[in-house]
Amino acid sequence: MAERFLMKGNEALAEAAIQAGCKHFFGYPITPQTELAAYMSKRLPKIGGTYLQAESELAAANMVLGATSAGVRAMTSSSSPGISLKTEAISYMAGSDVPALIINVQRGGPGLGGIQPSQSDYWQATKAPGHGDLHILVFAPATVQEMVNLVGKAFDLGDKYRMPAMILADGMLGQMMEPVELPDTMEQQLPEKPWATCGHKNARKHNVINSLYLTPQALEELVVERFKRYEVIKENEQMWQEYRTEDADYVVVAFGASSRVAMSAVDTAREQGIRVGLLRPITLFPFPTKPLKKLAETAQKFLCVEMNMGQMVDDVRLAIECKRPVEFFGRTGGIIPTPAEVLNEIKKLGGTK
Amino acid sequence: MSDNYNMLLAGFGGQGILFAGKVIAYGGLMEGKEISWLPSYGPEMRGGTANCSICVSDTPIGSPLVLSPNVFIAMNLPSFDKFIDSVEAGGTVIVDSFLINKKVERTDVKTFYVPATQLAEEKGLKGLANIILIGKLFKETGFCSWASLEKAIAKCVPPRKQHLCASNIQAIKLGMEY
Repeated sequence: MAERFLMKGNEALAEAAIQAGCKHFFGYPITPQTELAAYMSKRLPKIGGTYLQAESELAAANMVLGATSAGVRAMTSSSSPGISLKTEAISYMAGSDVPALIINVQRGGPGLGGIQPSQSDYWQATKAPGHGDLHILVFAPATVQEMVNLVGKAFDLGDKYRMPAMILADGMLGQMMEPVELPDTMEQQLPEKPWATCGHKNARKHNVINSLYLTPQALEELVVERFKRYEVIKENEQMWQEYRTEDADYVVVAFGASSRVAMSAVDTAREQGIRVGLLRPITLFPFPTKPLKKLAETAQKFLCVEMNMGQMVDDVRLAIECKRPVEFFGRTGGIIPTPAEVLNEIKKLGGTK
Repeated sequence: MSDNYNMLLAGFGGQGILFAGKVIAYGGLMEGKEISWLPSYGPEMRGGTANCSICVSDTPIGSPLVLSPNVFIAMNLPSFDKFIDSVEAGGTVIVDSFLINKKVERTDVKTFYVPATQLAEEKGLKGLANIILIGKLFKETGFCSWASLEKAIAKCVPPRKQHLCASNIQAIKLGMEY
């Protein structure tokens, strides 16, 4: 086993991206994400990469569009208000069928909001990460180690499906240190990108990366093709973790930081004889509908626990086709729910207080 | 005390609260334990209080935010006042009694008073009051082995400042002996 060492979530995300072959980072500082960019600024120049602090978030995201169009792995990172500024470029990337990694270390919103941890960009990430008919891949890690693992996965799937991918983290995961083991993938062979605009020496037809289609029929055709790809993704790429769900009467659904709190509450509830489990979505797009649909056959009630006002509730309802009640408990504005609060909500599911 | 520690270290920014937390975290890591280290961050770090939650556990850690610590180390009065009531009954409280001129009124916690900041000053270990308190913590709880603690110090002291390891170890011993 490789040596485990302590790393901050933000720094682990950065190192994992480098290990995944990403040498081009464009960003703009914002709390609680700044350590990520700071780490990149130290490491990338030493390995022949590009670290560039742009004049704005939008500029940084457009630089990612440029770099990825040339066929390299490129990324940007920010926190909630900064991600809003990047959405134009994210939409262009989706409309140009190019991969890229966008990291959102979420903080409280809306507006400038606060700087404490939050999950209130769920809707933005999963429903409208930019204008137009589009989706991006969205991953929600719950530990620093999982952040490391998902960065590589996000790059790989982004390349495979030619679309942007987002790691939806939060201030808690970004700031905390946990033991990590880094994958040794520095020397991996990255996939060929025959579509890239990286010079052709007249050996092939020149490539065009573009998101402007003035003929409605052509645009429709392209969007429909893209949505067929999204269907393949929904079928093949759902990721989740089930915890103590085998005989569960109640299922808590939580992702990222709040899933850790929920897991503690589930353990305590189990000690008290309540048959409760946890379904933790790891991908938010595609949403893990498969395990939820199955759990709806046996579980009586679902409880979403989130650090927002209940943005995931509708997705759970749709996944279980409204067959069971879906309750919600959450804290927002930068407050992390406590295991005791969640336990109390679990007890309410069974009608006890 | 069980082998699972939920620790809260609190004081002013600049006292080395986060560094001390990192030493504890590495000490646990060297024992093969599950670890989490979560700092407070934001405007309260500028001239206000800084604190740090550390969990050392045999099982995966749920919430890394420690709300009811079973170990509490206080390095200033505002932090002491803010968190003393949240300590779990039976828990361990270590107070820098040079900076906090107040006694713990609770009788259901084990309290140790160490004038760490003064000791550090007297012994030429300025800035290592945090590590002196860790020495006391180590002696009273044995949260990790001596070998692990030594390794933790070596891990936490930056490579180009390894000559400072000796003074850190000296600070640990000072805390243990007090």
